[in-house]
Amino acid sequence: MKKILDNFYKYLTLFAAIFVILIVLGIFISLYLNSKLAIDTFGFIKFALSKVWNPSKEIYGGLPAIFGTIVSTILALLIATPIALGIGIFLSEICPQKFKNPFSTAIELLAAIPSIIYGMWALFFLAPFVSKYIAPLFGAHTTGICIFTASLVLAIMIIPYIAAIVRDAIDNVPNVLKESAYGLGANKYEVVRHVILPYTKTVILGAIILALGRALGETMAVTFVMGNVFKIPQSLFEPGTSITVKIANEFNEAYTDLYTSSLFLLGFILFIMSFAFISLAKVFILKRKIKA
Amino acid sequence: MAYIVDVKEPLRLKVDNLNFFYGDKKILHDINMPIPKNKVVALIGPSGCGKTTLLRCFNRMHDLYPGNRYEGNIWLFEEDGKKINILDKKIDVLKLRSKIGMVFQKPTPFPMSIFDNVAFGLRLKGIKNKTELEDRVEKALKDAALWDEVKDELHKSAYSLSGGQQQRLCIARAIAVEPEVLLLDEPTSALDPISTAKIEELIVDLKDKLTILIVTHNMQQAGRVSDYTGFMYMGKLIEFNKTKEMFISPKEKLTEKYITGRFG
Repeated sequence: MKKILDNFYKYLTLFAAIFVILIVLGIFISLYLNSKLAIDTFGFIKFALSKVWNPSKEIYGGLPAIFGTIVSTILALLIATPIALGIGIFLSEICPQKFKNPFSTAIELLAAIPSIIYGMWALFFLAPFVSKYIAPLFGAHTTGICIFTASLVLAIMIIPYIAAIVRDAIDNVPNVLKESAYGLGANKYEVVRHVILPYTKTVILGAIILALGRALGETMAVTFVMGNVFKIPQSLFEPGTSITVKIANEFNEAYTDLYTSSLFLLGFILFIMSFAFISLAKVFILKRKIKA
Repeated sequence: MAYIVDVKEPLRLKVDNLNFFYGDKKILHDINMPIPKNKVVALIGPSGCGKTTLLRCFNRMHDLYPGNRYEGNIWLFEEDGKKINILDKKIDVLKLRSKIGMVFQKPTPFPMSIFDNVAFGLRLKGIKNKTELEDRVEKALKDAALWDEVKDELHKSAYSLSGGQQQRLCIARAIAVEPEVLLLDEPTSALDPISTAKIEELIVDLKDKLTILIVTHNMQQAGRVSDYTGFMYMGKLIEFNKTKEMFISPKEKLTEKYITGRFG
């Protein structure tokens, strides 16, 4: 009897674990099946490299959307990484103990704000701010609805993720290692720069890639400020589009099978990109854990 | 109450009425201890007696954490005849720490190559010249009896070395900046007997160049490597004497009990 119960729990938990994998696989397969029509019509590579999106002629290509997704994500990472590193280092090495918790909580709250709120805030505050103060610095004119604003809001959204991982990674650096460096006459900056950052670099890299995965898939916040103009912008202060923006804006009005299928194909491409980056991040973090 | 032998030799350090507090708790009580130049001084005593806390006063390592307070003085008598008070709030702690090196219980190589580990303190001092760095790294590794084992793989990660080699690397790193004093906090407690023997041999060799303070759990080790020994108990220095004399004829009852293994 006991043995039967034991087996029962074993298979119950096994089923729960397999269930998740089945869902991921299911999404993958249904994305593929739904985009099959577009793949058969245009070819996967050709679709990804084509700049035309013309529903009336039934010609679809994904390059501007893929380009917008990649550029806004990379720019967001470039903005977010130094700030998040600064926050992580401050929280674990510099911040006085009694302020550590309030600060950490404040940063974590950033992650709790729903993305649609970020979108609204970006539209009513960030876009005018970029238009008025930031674009003129680069000699550009913009309404504020542009790739740069989208990257900025993405950056703000991913900062807490990177900062939290960086803080934990630095907290886990053995005290004796830091003390050894201080013991040689190093100051705080030198200890951070030469000992703490090299020691934690794989985890930090993992955090950045994880944040990259999140930024790639973010929809609501960027939909407000990206502009949904289907072309490859010549400057960061021009409106553009991204995969998520394209799908969110047009899924409702896709009136032909090929139109729907092309949007599915964009989704399929995004799925592959996110999946690849998150797997990469896991590999980095996992490798670190095995070493430690 | 306490027996402190009168040291006739020239001193490198002198602990003078030291009290140390952590928060409201008094950890060290009225420590007075002379530390002669170019000798090895061992600190022994049961766990929690304050020997590591005392060791960490010499390079102000406690300053890294909030809630510490020192009272009294620790004098450092430098080669050029100057004397400075280590506990003086106004002194440059970073400079002090390059004069007083430290090695810890576990090896603590930095995540970089063997060469860069040893060059770390030198670079902090502003030495950039490549040949000078190479010369001084080689010298430090030779002094730490590690050169022959690593000379062909200086650019490999320090993590590729064995535990005993890593600890000798840490000693090389500490002595590369030519400190006047070396603090060793149970440097062999994580090592096997052969590595331990090598480190002990190294400690004895190194005293020609610097003064060594070693905290150890192991009384045999104190007997093998040290010239003087301080026995601590409950935050007090109970007895300080030449090692041989202390082990043959301890002056205090507590010392006798401890070294004959009746407590601790």
